[in-house]
Amino acid sequence: MVEEESLRVVRCGGSELNFRRAVFSADSKYVFCVSGDFIKVYSTATEECVHILQGHRNMVTGIQLNPKNHLQLYSCSFDGMIKLWDYTDGILIKTFIVGCKLHALFTLDCAEDSVFVTINKEKPDVFQLVSVKLPKSSSQEVEAKELSFVLDYINQSPKCIAFGNEGEYVAAVRDFYLSVYFFKKKTTSRFTLSSSRNKKHAKNNFTCVACHPKEDCIATGHRDGKIRLWRNFDDEKKYTYTCLHWHHDLVMDLAFSVTGSSLLSGGRESVLVEWREAAEKNKEFLPRLGATIEHISVSPAGDLFCTSHSDNKMIIIHRNLEASAVIQGLVKDRNIFTGLMIDPRTKALVLNGKPGHLQFYSLQSDKQLYNLDIIQQEYINDYGLIQIELTKAAFGCYGNWLATVEQRQEKETELELQMKLWTYNKKTQGFVLNTKVNMPHEDHITALCFCNAEKSENPTLVTTSKDGHFKVWILTDDSDIYKKAVGWTCDFVGSYHKYQATNCCFSEDGSLLAVSFEEIVTIWDSDTWELKCTFCQRAGKIRHLCFGRLTCSKYLLGATENGILCCWNLLSCALEWSAKLNVRVMEPDPNSENIAAISQSSMGSDLFVFRPSEPRPLYIQKNISREEVQWGVFVPRDVPESFTSEAYQWLNRSQFYFLTKSQSLLTFSTQSPEEKLTPTSKQLLAEETLPTTPFYFILGKHRQEQQDDKLNEALENELVQLPLTENIPAISELLHTPAHVLPSASFLCSMFVNSLLLSKETKSAEEIPDDVSMEEEKESVDSDEENNFTEEVQDTNNTDLGKDIIHQLSKSEEKELRKFRKVDYSWITAL
Amino acid sequence: MGEFKVHRVRFFNYVPSGIRCVAYNNQSNRLAVSRTDGTVEIYNLSANYFQEKFFPGHESRATEALCWANGQRLFSAGLNGEIIEYDLQALNIKYAMDAFGGPIWSMAASPSGSQLLVGCEDGSVKLFQITPDKIQFERNFDRQKSRILSLSWHPAGTHIAAGSIDYISVFDVKSGSTIHKMLVDRQYMGVSKRKCIIWGVAFLSDGTVISVDSAGKVQFWDSATGTLVKNHLIANTDVQSIAISDQEDSFVVGTAEGTVFHFQLVSVTSNSSEKQWVRTKPFQHHTHDVRAVAHSPIALISGGTDTHLVIRPLMEKVEVKNYDAALRKITFPHRRLVSCAKKKQLLLFQFAHHLELWRLGSTVATGKNGDTLPLSKNADHLLHLKTKGPENIICSCISPCGSWIAYSTASRFFLYRLNYEHDNINLQRVSKMPAFLRSALQILFSEDSTKLFVASNQGSVHVIRLLEGSFKHLHTFQPQSGTVESMCLLAVSPDGNWLAASGTSAGVHVYNVKQLKLHCTVPAYNFPVTALAIAPNTNNLVIAHSDQQVFEYSIPDKQYTQWSRTIQKQGFHHLWLQRDTPITHISFHPKRPMHILLHDAYMFCIIDKSLPLPNDKTLLYNPLPPTNESDIIRRRTAHAFKISKKYKPLLFMDLLDERTLVAVERPLDDIIAQLPPPIKKKKFGT
Repeated sequence: MVEEESLRVVRCGGSELNFRRAVFSADSKYVFCVSGDFIKVYSTATEECVHILQGHRNMVTGIQLNPKNHLQLYSCSFDGMIKLWDYTDGILIKTFIVGCKLHALFTLDCAEDSVFVTINKEKPDVFQLVSVKLPKSSSQEVEAKELSFVLDYINQSPKCIAFGNEGEYVAAVRDFYLSVYFFKKKTTSRFTLSSSRNKKHAKNNFTCVACHPKEDCIATGHRDGKIRLWRNFDDEKKYTYTCLHWHHDLVMDLAFSVTGSSLLSGGRESVLVEWREAAEKNKEFLPRLGATIEHISVSPAGDLFCTSHSDNKMIIIHRNLEASAVIQGLVKDRNIFTGLMIDPRTKALVLNGKPGHLQFYSLQSDKQLYNLDIIQQEYINDYGLIQIELTKAAFGCYGNWLATVEQRQEKETELELQMKLWTYNKKTQGFVLNTKVNMPHEDHITALCFCNAEKSENPTLVTTSKDGHFKVWILTDDSDIYKKAVGWTCDFVGSYHKYQATNCCFSEDGSLLAVSFEEIVTIWDSDTWELKCTFCQRAGKIRHLCFGRLTCSKYLLGATENGILCCWNLLSCALEWSAKLNVRVMEPDPNSENIAAISQSSMGSDLFVFRPSEPRPLYIQKNISREEVQWGVFVPRDVPESFTSEAYQWLNRSQFYFLTKSQSLLTFSTQSPEEKLTPTSKQLLAEETLPTTPFYFILGKHRQEQQDDKLNEALENELVQLPLTENIPAISELLHTPAHVLPSASFLCSMFVNSLLLSKETKSAEEIPDDVSMEEEKESVDSDEENNFTEEVQDTNNTDLGKDIIHQLSKSEEKELRKFRKVDYSWITAL
Repeated sequence: MGEFKVHRVRFFNYVPSGIRCVAYNNQSNRLAVSRTDGTVEIYNLSANYFQEKFFPGHESRATEALCWANGQRLFSAGLNGEIIEYDLQALNIKYAMDAFGGPIWSMAASPSGSQLLVGCEDGSVKLFQITPDKIQFERNFDRQKSRILSLSWHPAGTHIAAGSIDYISVFDVKSGSTIHKMLVDRQYMGVSKRKCIIWGVAFLSDGTVISVDSAGKVQFWDSATGTLVKNHLIANTDVQSIAISDQEDSFVVGTAEGTVFHFQLVSVTSNSSEKQWVRTKPFQHHTHDVRAVAHSPIALISGGTDTHLVIRPLMEKVEVKNYDAALRKITFPHRRLVSCAKKKQLLLFQFAHHLELWRLGSTVATGKNGDTLPLSKNADHLLHLKTKGPENIICSCISPCGSWIAYSTASRFFLYRLNYEHDNINLQRVSKMPAFLRSALQILFSEDSTKLFVASNQGSVHVIRLLEGSFKHLHTFQPQSGTVESMCLLAVSPDGNWLAASGTSAGVHVYNVKQLKLHCTVPAYNFPVTALAIAPNTNNLVIAHSDQQVFEYSIPDKQYTQWSRTIQKQGFHHLWLQRDTPITHISFHPKRPMHILLHDAYMFCIIDKSLPLPNDKTLLYNPLPPTNESDIIRRRTAHAFKISKKYKPLLFMDLLDERTLVAVERPLDDIIAQLPPPIKKKKFGT
């Protein structure tokens, strides 16, 4: 099985898609974007991720098509390497080692064998644009050390550099000036805008630059929302510019269309503006794009645009300004209040998404599944406006119920609280609002949890609040005479000496409820809502509280602010053990007794996995992250792993994900880095990606499985049997050789057909077409694929026998007959 | 208690009239500006944009077109159907000629300057031949359906573009027939407007016709084929004016929103010869319609309903950073509209068609420096004197004793005697003015109010002795032989012995009033005189020129004084020379002979001749003397120029007595408040 290497912390997707401008392939079929250490290749038509180009060891900072071969892609990274990829196959072709941190990459059609990169050598904020000569060499890894300096003191962002008029000049902006370097004349012109000294022009800063593809025209974006179009800039005296002003906030990015007839601009307004013929009065808008436009890119074919947004989203937009596809990653724009949750139905990770939304994010496919609008109000993007925040959310009853809490506090005394309960509607496959509770508590809600016990007949929700109460909410019949409508009502209000209620937790069987009141933990009987006992350790306020599971369900764990982890035995009502641990995150594994705790120290965050029954941890991983870990969650595995090593056994049934303060989603992996980084060449194999077509049934793995069944079942039966494709060299050769080195199809045809023919000793050749037609028939049936298949194979073998009868028989009779036949047949063969 | 008590007068409700046309003359570098009341002003761009001449308006002469022809000849045409030529020497109208085509909307002089073209209400385009002393009708071109609003000659003089309503016609000058009729799209932002008025056309030498219209479009037409080449939609409202540079590499248009757009011909790429017109910078210096624009080689000039004349220099054309490189707004006339009777504390305000006499308020309160004192007696509006006839007032004056008022229009001279009986005023017109006193360019009373000096437009200065209720003509100083230049500025010495008179360009003449003969002539200077005054006792003549130079000339000695020579040697402070507006008034302190008081529209200055002159390193403007520093430092930093910018825009400032100043201000906001409301524009965030 899996080779057990040491456990590593790995980034598991969710990385930014909007870090740099997206790049289109020459035919606009694919769009590339940098995503952490990877480059992702998306199909523009289907929004699917086609390839992930892995190989860089640090953030990828720039990608550009190879101007000499548009089927290749250059990328650069902080790891100091420029890599050349074949993006159609996802293969790394070459690596050029530059050595210093590369911040941006530019390519030029006319610059034969060099690319341009942004580096910084001395001071932290001083960046240079240099050209790197890429040596011609056949080896995989080449050192490219020949740097020639182009421009100094430029902005780090690639948006602030643009090459114009087929590489005649390069324009760079920074602060209040625009510098243009002419390659032929080797001169730099510099144009300065009046700066902050003048109050009126205080926001004149340049933010981005773009060059007209055909004319000598530079467009620059500014912090005050203006766009300036510079012309005649080869003359430092006679230069002139014109202003376009629509944006009220800074211009985030600019792009000219391929012909230069229109200019695209975008900013915080979330509106893509198309300026036609650079005229102020002739502009088109694509509004309501959801979030700040960070980058705009234009496909070389000119038919598509792509905008990258601050909510980690890319939108593919047609030339006629119609959004055609949305590629949405994990939204990381804002604070995560809800923590990480797992939707029990979809196994999707659920957390705060867009403002006022819960996002459902598939960890497997690194893709956002959908957004659930909780607050259901138009979001007004205005600085200083106090927004409604979605602060808490919890799933209950196997994903049938979702509880959310939103709050808005303008002043100390004016708290607006709302709790919403959502029920899962099977018909619409989504959550529908069931109950809305205004001001469920007098003060902030600190925790809420559902009773997820199997036996509980009535869904129960507990909320705790700073107002000193915890409330139990149960689902009851609403005041509907047909008793069809259900709603949530408050069933019980509990408190303990006017202390603030901070946490709540149900035991696994749902019989006990633990509520912490500052330093004191209270245990309540969930049937009668009777206070059973209290625990008090005087070790600071309880920060986390959870019950043990399975065999450890008699234990209650509490982590306090003073850095003490306590474990109480509920049977003896006594402290079992305690440990000094500054716990930041404590998450129980739903599928085992294990509990993961992440502690924070000055060095970084450490992970401890333990069982409540014993104070000795099962596993310790030091320094999983330099920054503070904010949230963690166990995600049940679909297929349990079988780590034999004791240290990793806790990862068998669930995987642990955690989110750091800078919002990178991390997890643990046992795979070696090499294994992760090798190009996924197996994706080339036809059977992996083939849809279930007749072709698939000829070639796919499917056949192998069927064959196994058949072999077991009816070995000596003279069954139609295709040879396995893997075994036929002709077919595998045909499929695995790159298309451009294959001989002509006519030459291969006879070989291919011959290979499909069955060898004489087993079958007669006539039966082959029969078999193929059967496959097609079967396709339409779809269900019970395998069983039916074997049946029908047998059917056709005996066509002469049943042909006349079948037409006269009713369906049920036919079924019975078939069953009979099957049985009968096997019996006969057994004889 | 401060040094002066200041009457801060803000009740002069002067509103300049809106600018209708501007015409730039490249040869003499002068700008002619016509206003809606018919006034035509001539600005000398070489002399720091000084308004050196003006022709008073007339109620029935609404100017619609203004052009220079044949070098220095200025023509205007208006809705009364007349073509008027102005005499720039004598500052009067040479002749008026009816074009017989109804109101004239447009006029253009041929590039050669020998022909004049007018476009009329009835759709006719009439060609006039310019003869040395008149114009002569030559022929009509093909008559169009509606009025001709704009005209432009091809630089070669072979073709004409005429903008009408909904179409542009191209005429052949030889045959006078229409070659092309180019229809303009009426559509405006998808909505069909009723009519599309072609407000302006410009014919380029390559055959391109540029048109601006009421739908907010700037369009480029090929006159050879009569087709539209390019369309720039630049405004939601009318584009009302266009002016093209002589090199045909840039032009400027003005819109009804008050925005002026600059278009430039730039090469598409640096290594190709292909060029395209690109809209470059917009300028928003106006609040109202920009009715007229002009393009001088180094500046864009625009004027409109909001009465400002704005000169926006083109930075790339300006060689050195000097006076020309600054943006300037000219709002007020560069002449005096206020006169003051010091003894009676009376102010006479001159409007286009009436005069107002006010008595200043008074106070008994005292206060600290900078305090505003409460009035114990409010200012009194004593008199409202309306003119007879349609002509505008050229000049007016009140005698220092307050008992005489004189004013003049283009054809008549009026003199009134005022009698004060307690609060009542008795106004009596002095009748039977002599025939030679028909019109005056400047009127001045002597200090003792016994003599009246009148500068007439024939270049002569009349001296008249005033008696109780009557007058007697004493003498006429005839102009120097050969010159017909009229005198615009007069100054008399307080003892009444000397009279200084200055024209627009020649030197200042000093006459001896006792002996009634020319005493001397101050040498001519390159820049026109903007203000004159003769100091008491010393009889030093102080002359301010439009380049901000100030000279002091001793009349008895017939030479410049030592102080004047010193300051010429050292030179004025660079900030002083960079000031915007000319000095319009000079006066003296009766008790402090070393002080010269002068002001322009934005500052008031006392030159103390006893103090050292500032050099370029010292601070020119030090409004508030630092209170906490010792007298030594203050004395060290003190220099001759004491400048106050507290009162602005300042129309008039004078010393009433030793301790009292009167300042007449006209805040720009008050003027804007009296203008028609501008086109409402949606402003983001409001």
